[in-house]
Amino acid sequence: MVLMPKPNPEVLAKRGMLVAGLRRIVHSPEGVIDEEAGLRAFECDGLSAYRQLPMIAVLPETKQEIAEILKYCAAEKVNVVPRGAGTSLSGGALPLADGVLLGLGKFNKIVEVDYDNRCAVVQPGVTNLAITDAVKSDGFYYAPDPSSQIACTIGGNIAENSGGVHCLKYGLTTNNVLGVEMITMEGEIIQLGGKHLDAEGYDLMGVVTGSEGLLGVITEVTVRLLKSPEHITAQLIGFPSSEQAGECVGKIIGSGIIPAGMEMMDRYAIHAAEEFCHAGYPLDVEALLIVELDGPIVEIEHNNAAIEKIAGECGATVIKQSQSEKERMAFWAGRKAAFPAIGRISPDYMCMDGTIPRSQLPKVLARMKELSEHYGLRVANVFHAGDGNLHPLILFDANIPGDLEKCEQFGADILKLCVAVGGVLTGEHGVGVEKRDLMGEMFSEDDLKQQQRLKCAFDPEGRLNPGKVFPILHRCAELGKMHVHNGELPFPDLPRF
Amino acid sequence: MEKFNVSTSEQLQEVLQWALADKRRLSINGGGSKATVGRPFDADAEIRMTDFQGVEMHEPAELVMQAKAGSRLTDIVKTLDESRQKLAFSPPDYGPLLGKGADLSTIGGVFACNLSGSSRIKTGGARDHLLGVKGFTGRGQAFQTGSRVMKNVTGYDLCKLITGSYGTLAVCTSLTFKVLPKADKTRTVLIYGQQPGEAVETLRDAMSSIHEVSAAAYLPKTIAGRSDIKFVSDAGEAVTAISVEGSGPSAEFRCGALRSMFDTCGAIEELHGRRSDQLWRFISDAGAFVEDQSTNVWRVSMPPSEAPEYLSKVEALLTGTEYYLDWAGGLIWISVPKSADLAGSKVLRESLKAGGHATLIRGTEEVRKLISPFHPQNSVLTRISESIREGFDPSRILNPGRMYPIIDGMN
Repeated sequence: MVLMPKPNPEVLAKRGMLVAGLRRIVHSPEGVIDEEAGLRAFECDGLSAYRQLPMIAVLPETKQEIAEILKYCAAEKVNVVPRGAGTSLSGGALPLADGVLLGLGKFNKIVEVDYDNRCAVVQPGVTNLAITDAVKSDGFYYAPDPSSQIACTIGGNIAENSGGVHCLKYGLTTNNVLGVEMITMEGEIIQLGGKHLDAEGYDLMGVVTGSEGLLGVITEVTVRLLKSPEHITAQLIGFPSSEQAGECVGKIIGSGIIPAGMEMMDRYAIHAAEEFCHAGYPLDVEALLIVELDGPIVEIEHNNAAIEKIAGECGATVIKQSQSEKERMAFWAGRKAAFPAIGRISPDYMCMDGTIPRSQLPKVLARMKELSEHYGLRVANVFHAGDGNLHPLILFDANIPGDLEKCEQFGADILKLCVAVGGVLTGEHGVGVEKRDLMGEMFSEDDLKQQQRLKCAFDPEGRLNPGKVFPILHRCAELGKMHVHNGELPFPDLPRF
Repeated sequence: MEKFNVSTSEQLQEVLQWALADKRRLSINGGGSKATVGRPFDADAEIRMTDFQGVEMHEPAELVMQAKAGSRLTDIVKTLDESRQKLAFSPPDYGPLLGKGADLSTIGGVFACNLSGSSRIKTGGARDHLLGVKGFTGRGQAFQTGSRVMKNVTGYDLCKLITGSYGTLAVCTSLTFKVLPKADKTRTVLIYGQQPGEAVETLRDAMSSIHEVSAAAYLPKTIAGRSDIKFVSDAGEAVTAISVEGSGPSAEFRCGALRSMFDTCGAIEELHGRRSDQLWRFISDAGAFVEDQSTNVWRVSMPPSEAPEYLSKVEALLTGTEYYLDWAGGLIWISVPKSADLAGSKVLRESLKAGGHATLIRGTEEVRKLISPFHPQNSVLTRISESIREGFDPSRILNPGRMYPIIDGMN
């Protein structure tokens, strides 16, 4: 288990005073929670293996309240953990025993829909799906669609740079956000971006997106809206091996087609999903692709024909095209239910999230099979095949002593494998607590320090979400030091021009 | 001034460490095509990156390429073309606009300046395509961020920070970026004779249609007249241009649909393939402002719907300006006569009522000393940006003062 920073006894000792101080800032009677029963609701996020009651939870209703809370906590040297809907799968919103949990759930209003500029301004607690719901009747939508979209909030999406199944064509959160309003730990409200493109100076919005709540508290977001496509169809393509499925994905993209979505499931995931929701998946294949195309009918038909040809060449044994919207939804229902489906056949499971260069898929799957045997734990794979984002689901039973530790070890081995083949530790779930201690697999100590210097620019005292993302907390003064070598002449023989 | 043509990481690091020890200010350049963008500053030495040459990796099926920072953009484009791929943010070439030669740009320079052409509105900007960077910080330390995969949220997204930092944070030696398939067909619908207000509405309606418009611009009569495409230059009228691309049937369908959408708005023509590409290059490269090198040229980013009101304000207050719209109205290129240097910048910036920024792309050295070429920021953003700088380049050896003045007390 990853260890969190030790609680500061001086902070714990003044808890009563802090509660009173926060009550003077937050006016709603239920806005400051200090009872254990109330705090229990915040003890974990989607990574439920880690639990911790916060010292105090606050649920502000205005930006001014947020600014005052942050200013107050900074002055009292109290750490703050921001939280949206708490759906993070990496422990990004895990509370701290000596920290204030800042819940943003009450910021749930859509401030403005601006069709002239094809954007919407929303508060951070608005759910991802609620944005699309608000503009759907006018034929628009918000593109990033993480599978938790019914519950996860846009503020959390910014913090995690959330993805979804349509990233290959439409990008991640960072590619679909135009502006962010944020409050710094010092209580200053800043506007990054707006309804226009690109930053005037450094792209601060770009680094805030995906910063896992370590740089500031998001108070408003301007997202890009897109026109909903005219038609959408999906194809199910089954293969006797995952190698062939992987080859097919590469050839589709290599041929110049960028599908709206391209998902792969392995045999284990196919069976679990089919049993759970009867999506109509073929059960006699080792790998299944769902390929979604959108656009005008002529384009879909043209690309569908090309994809069928490629699939055939790659040895597909099943090719099935959705004949109706209902059938397309059924194809997706199986994929989207893959996690709960696995949850039904195993008491517990842990969802991993590495990204690999797609060509490495056969190697990674083969090694994963060996690891599965080694640890004696089963693993099912779902894969955002277009962009190489792999979600192995490791099955375990938390009631068996040692199983969780084995599962964590197995997960760590998988992520190390992803890095070893040229990939990364996390594609869309974030580092949080879960992958914090693996950061050294991907970054040198110098590179990690360089990343932490960025935090010093926003939050020099390290009050926001400490203990997440970085394995070792350095003080900013220490990070600032520089060793200058003696000034030898640079390469006297270097060509001058 | 000392000048270094470095070609290896060891050489680069050596020069950086020398600059740190001797407190030398370095000017970092690729092909030098954009060397006059930004504030003039006194450098003690120049580092030229053009000897860092070559494509290190290109995997068409994975949509990714890695190249050394000094690789010529033209070479990258050529290599990609062989696999029918492209840089989807249509990187512009400002060389001729800035009085230099064409085709000097390096891939490092393209990302350092975060410059994107007309397709920015559909496929994103340079910032959206950079996946990974290797290089050295102003601390003289090797530095690496990002990776080669599309989806990566491991740690802070420092690629976003490097893109558009004009070499003030780190010297990149190698860049990894996303590439995309080239469309089989491109079609551009031309609508003649619209007023700016009408044109912005047309562009809005096109962008709000299901046709996945890949570029959308408006050229007033005089600007259209300078195009090398007859259908545009010979019209004697303003031209609204809307582009779509895709497989043959798709591009034809979308083009036809857009034509019928706008057939009551004015006379309509269409451009295909090469001529369509040529028009968008003219627009992306600000080709209309190449010939008369005497004016100051600005690039103004704003909410598209604000463009007509902004333009009427600017035209009323500044005589002799010329302009055209790209990015469906969200990017206005404005040429201002030299006589209106300081007043020009005041008008262009203060007329931005709903957010946005105005960057001086072309101006003489005196003008760039007088007017901040980059849009001024408020005190909090200035403090955060300077602190970021402090983290990367505490001795301010990399392009010091090129973006914003060095703040006393921070160094």
